[in-house]
Amino acid sequence: MARLALFMIFTVLCMNNLQAAIEVYQFDSPDQEERFHQLSDQLRCPMCLNSNLSGSDAPIAADLRAEIYEQIIDGRTNDEIIDFMTQRYGDFINYRPPLNRGTVLLWFGPLLLLLAGLLVVWRMVRSNQSADQALALTAEQQQKLEKILTGKK
Amino acid sequence: MIPELGNFSLILACCLASLMAIIPMAGAVSNNQLWMSLARPLSSGIWVFMLLSFACLAYAFLNDDFSVNYVANNSNSLLPTRYKFTGVWGGHEGSLLLWVLILASWSYAVSLFSRNLPLDILARVLSVMGIITSGFLLFMLLTSNPFERSLLNTPLDGRDLNPLLQDFGLIVHPPFLYMGYVGFSVAFAFAIAALLSGRLDAAWARWTRPWTNAAWSFLSVGIALGSWWAYYELGWGGWWFWDPTENVAFMPWLIGTALIHSLAVTEKRGVFKSWTVLLAIAAFSLSLLGAFIVRSGVLTSVHAFAVDPARGMVLLTLMLLVIGSSLFLYALRAPVVKSTASYTLTSREVMLLINNIILVVATAAVLLGTVYPLLHEAVYGEANRVSIGPPYFNTIFLPLMGLLAFVLGIGSCSRWKNTSVDYLKQQLLKVFIASVALGIIIPVITTGGFNLGAIIAMVLAVWIMLTIIKDMINKTANKPTRWKGLKALSLSYYGMQIAHLGMSVIILGVCLTSQYSVERDVRLMPGESETIGRYEFVFEGVTTEQGPNYEADRGTVTVLKDGESYLTLRPEKRFYFATRAVQTEAAIDVGLFRDLFTALGDERGDGSWVIRIHFKPFVFWIWMGAFLMAFGGVLAITDKRYRSKKVAVSKPQKVNVSDTGKLAGEAS
Amino acid sequence: MNQRVKLFIPGVFFILMLGLLLFGLGRNPNQVPSALVDRPLPQFSLPELNQELVSVSSSDLQGSISIINFWATWCPPCHVEHPYLVEISESESDVRFIGVNYKDDLVEARLFLEEKGSPFEQVIIDLDGSLGIDFGVAGAPETFIVDSFGTIRYRHVGIINHQIWAETFEPIIARLK
Repeated sequence: MARLALFMIFTVLCMNNLQAAIEVYQFDSPDQEERFHQLSDQLRCPMCLNSNLSGSDAPIAADLRAEIYEQIIDGRTNDEIIDFMTQRYGDFINYRPPLNRGTVLLWFGPLLLLLAGLLVVWRMVRSNQSADQALALTAEQQQKLEKILTGKK
Repeated sequence: MIPELGNFSLILACCLASLMAIIPMAGAVSNNQLWMSLARPLSSGIWVFMLLSFACLAYAFLNDDFSVNYVANNSNSLLPTRYKFTGVWGGHEGSLLLWVLILASWSYAVSLFSRNLPLDILARVLSVMGIITSGFLLFMLLTSNPFERSLLNTPLDGRDLNPLLQDFGLIVHPPFLYMGYVGFSVAFAFAIAALLSGRLDAAWARWTRPWTNAAWSFLSVGIALGSWWAYYELGWGGWWFWDPTENVAFMPWLIGTALIHSLAVTEKRGVFKSWTVLLAIAAFSLSLLGAFIVRSGVLTSVHAFAVDPARGMVLLTLMLLVIGSSLFLYALRAPVVKSTASYTLTSREVMLLINNIILVVATAAVLLGTVYPLLHEAVYGEANRVSIGPPYFNTIFLPLMGLLAFVLGIGSCSRWKNTSVDYLKQQLLKVFIASVALGIIIPVITTGGFNLGAIIAMVLAVWIMLTIIKDMINKTANKPTRWKGLKALSLSYYGMQIAHLGMSVIILGVCLTSQYSVERDVRLMPGESETIGRYEFVFEGVTTEQGPNYEADRGTVTVLKDGESYLTLRPEKRFYFATRAVQTEAAIDVGLFRDLFTALGDERGDGSWVIRIHFKPFVFWIWMGAFLMAFGGVLAITDKRYRSKKVAVSKPQKVNVSDTGKLAGEAS
Repeated sequence: MNQRVKLFIPGVFFILMLGLLLFGLGRNPNQVPSALVDRPLPQFSLPELNQELVSVSSSDLQGSISIINFWATWCPPCHVEHPYLVEISESESDVRFIGVNYKDDLVEARLFLEEKGSPFEQVIIDLDGSLGIDFGVAGAPETFIVDSFGTIRYRHVGIINHQIWAETFEPIIARLK
C-alpha cells in the first residue's frame, strides 16, 4: 500500500516535469547547437512518463543534457554519445530503436506490408480483367439474343 | 442528493441501453414492427438520462461539493468557474461520463435524422449502439463511478485541477475528440447492421457516408486542438510527439479517412464492399483500443488517465466482446461474391484502393510502433526494453504520406472504371513538371538556401493544389461560362477539394515549420535583446502578478520588427497554491505566416533571466489545414443527395414526402 | 471456401493483439530495469564523505558482496528508508553497505548521518551526479547489489524496508553466497 502511495506521489511529481527545460549553453558553432538539440530530442528522460530530454525539467534530464553538452564540446560524435547513454541506461533511453534481430520486423514490416498490399491490388485488377473478358463473350451472345428478341417483336 | 440523482440517472440510462440493445434487434429478426419502433424512444430516453447525469456532476463541481470524491480530486474552491465546469471531464470517471453522453447523443441523432432509413436497419443500428452504450455504462457503474462519495470524511477543499488542464484547451479538445472517436461507432453500427441484414449495397453506403464524414471531421478538429494545445502549453515548440495517446487518436483518423474513400467507391460502383465494412469495424475498434490504452496504464504516457490494471481488464473484456464478435460476424457474413463491375489498373477505383492501402499501412506502422515495446518485452524480457519515438515514426510515416500526396494528384484526375494512361499523361505531365519547378524555385528564392525537405514538401503541396485547379478547369470546360460551371458543381465535390487542399496546407505547415524553425535559449538582463531575422526581442523585466488560484512571475518582452515597435509578449511562470506546482505559460503571437513564441526560464543570481525564444514559420498552417479538412468533410455532408427528399407539389401547401421511403431514380 | 478463410485473418490478428495487451496489463511499464545487470561495476575513484584525503574506488569493492545505496538529504523517501537501512546493515554482517551521497550538500549529509546513524561502511561523494549517470541512476533512492567479483546483480528503485529486503534482496544475496 505504501508502495502504491509512493508510486502515485512519484507519478504526480513526474507529471509536473512535463514542461520544457530552458537553460543556456554556449556552443562553438551552430552545428554543435543543432546536434545538442537533436540529441536532446532523441534521448529519453529515464524517469519521466514518455518525454525526451528537451521536453523535461526533471533533475536527471538536466544532468543528462549537461552531459551531452560536455561531450559535444569535448568533440565526441553523435554515435559515441548515444553509445555512452545506452551503455548506462539501456536501449530504453534511445527513441530511435536499434536495427537488430529483435527490431527487423519493426523497421521493415510497414514496407513489406505496403508491397504486399500493392501486390494484392495488382492481382485484384488482373483477375477482374480476366473475369471481364469472360463476360465479354457472353455479352456477344447477349447481343445475339437481343437481335432475336427485337426481331421477333 | 444531486449526486445520488446523477448516479440513479446512470443506472436508468444503463437499463434503457440494455433494452435498446435487445428489443429492436429482436424486432428486426422477427419482423416485429412494435419492437423495432421502440428504438427511437429508447434512444431519446438514454440521451435524457445521460444529460441529467452530466448536469448533476456539473452541479456538484460548480457548487464545490467535495463530498463527491471525483470533485474533490479534480477541483478546488479557488478554481475559476469555467474550469470547474470543464473539470467535469478532467479525470477518468468524468471523461467516461462525457464519452457515454456523446455516445447517447450520436444514437439520438441517428434516430432523428433517419427518416430515409428502413425501420429494420434503423433498429439494428440503434441496437448495436445500445450494446456499446450499455457496455460502457456497466464499466462506469462497476469500476469508475464519478458519483462515489465520502460523506464521513468530506475534505474541506479539493486537490485542484491539474494546472496543465486549467486552460482553454481543456474546454475544447476532449469534446471534439470524443465526438470523433465515439462518432465512428455509428459507422460501425451501420456495418454490423449490414452484415446482420445481408443488405450491403450502394444504398447502405449512402446512408453511412454522412455519419462517417461527421465523425471524421470532428476527430480532425479534436486531434488538431490537442496538438495545438500541447504546442502552446508545454513550451518546447513541439506539436506532435507520437506519444501512445496521440497515436491511438490518430489511428482511427487514418482508418476513418480510408473508410470515407472506400464508402465513396462502394456507393458509386458497388465494389470493395467487404473492405468498406472491415474498415468501418476497424475504425471503431481502434477507438476502443484507444480508450483501453489511455485508461489502463499498459503504455507509458504523460497523458494517461488512470493507471489501473483492473479497469484495463474490464475494457479488454469489452473489446473482446464487441470487436471479437463483430470480426467473427464479418468473417461469416461478409460478401465473397466477386462483383461484376470491372476496372483497370489506372481507374479511379484502383487509385482509391491504393490510397486506402497506403493509409492502412500507415495505420499499421503507427500501431506497430506503439505496441512494439510490449512485443519486444514479451520476447526478450524486461531488461532489454526498447523505446520507440519520433525518429522511428517520422522515418516510416513521412514517406508514406509523400506517396499518398502523389497518388492523390493522380487519383483526382482519374475516371471510374477506366482511365487510359495516355489521358493521364496528357492531363498531368505538365502539371507535374510545373509542381517540381515551383517546388524548387519558391523555397530557394524566398530563403536563399537549398533545403531538400522543404523542396519535397513544396513540390507535393503545389502538385495537390495544381491538380485541384486542373480538375476544376476540366469539370467546367463544357459549361457556357466557367462561373456557371463552378456553380453547377456539387457541394460534395467542393467538400472533397477543400479537404484535399487542407492536406496540402498541412504538408506545408508540417514541413516548413520543422525545417525553418529557429529556437534560442538566452540569458538576458532587463534591457538586453536577442535578434532572430527581422525580429528583435527586447527583455524589459519581470513583475509579480496575482491570479485566482496562483501567483505568477510575468515577464515583458517587447518585439521590434525591422527596428520598429511591433508588439509585446508577456510570458509567465505560475505557482499554483493548491497543487504547489510551477507552470510556465508561454506567450505566443500567432500569425498566418509565423508564430513568435517566448517562455520564461529561471532567474539567475545577477538579476538576469533565462528566456526561450522561438521563431516558427507556418506553424499555423498545421491547424488551418486540419480545419480545412474538417470543413471539407462537413461540406460534403450538406450535399443535396443526403437530405430528405422534398417534393414540391403544385398545391399551395408544400408536402414533405420523404417518408415514403422509396428512393427510386437516385442518381449516384 | 478459400475466400471465406481469408476473411478470418482480421479476427485472428485481433485475438493476437488482445493477447499482447493482456500480457501488457501484467507488467509495470514505469519500472525501468537497469542496463548494468550482470555487467561489471563502473570504474570510479571518488572521495569519501567523512574521511578527508581518502578515496573509495571500484576495486575496493571486490572481495565481498556489497550494497550500494544512492541517497541524499533532499530526497524524502531516503529519509523514510534510512532507519530500515540502519537496522538491516547491522543484522547483515557479511554484506558491505556503501552509500553514495548523490548531488547533495556535504555538511547536511554529514549532519544527517551523525544524527540518524549510518548504515554505511563508507560514503562516496558524488557531487555532480556523474557517478549516478555511470550507474544509470535516474533519481534517489536507488540501491544496487554487487557480488564479490564486482559484478552488478540487481538494481532496486525506491525505498527499502524490511519486507522488501526479505522478499527481494535476501534471495539474491543468498544465491550469491
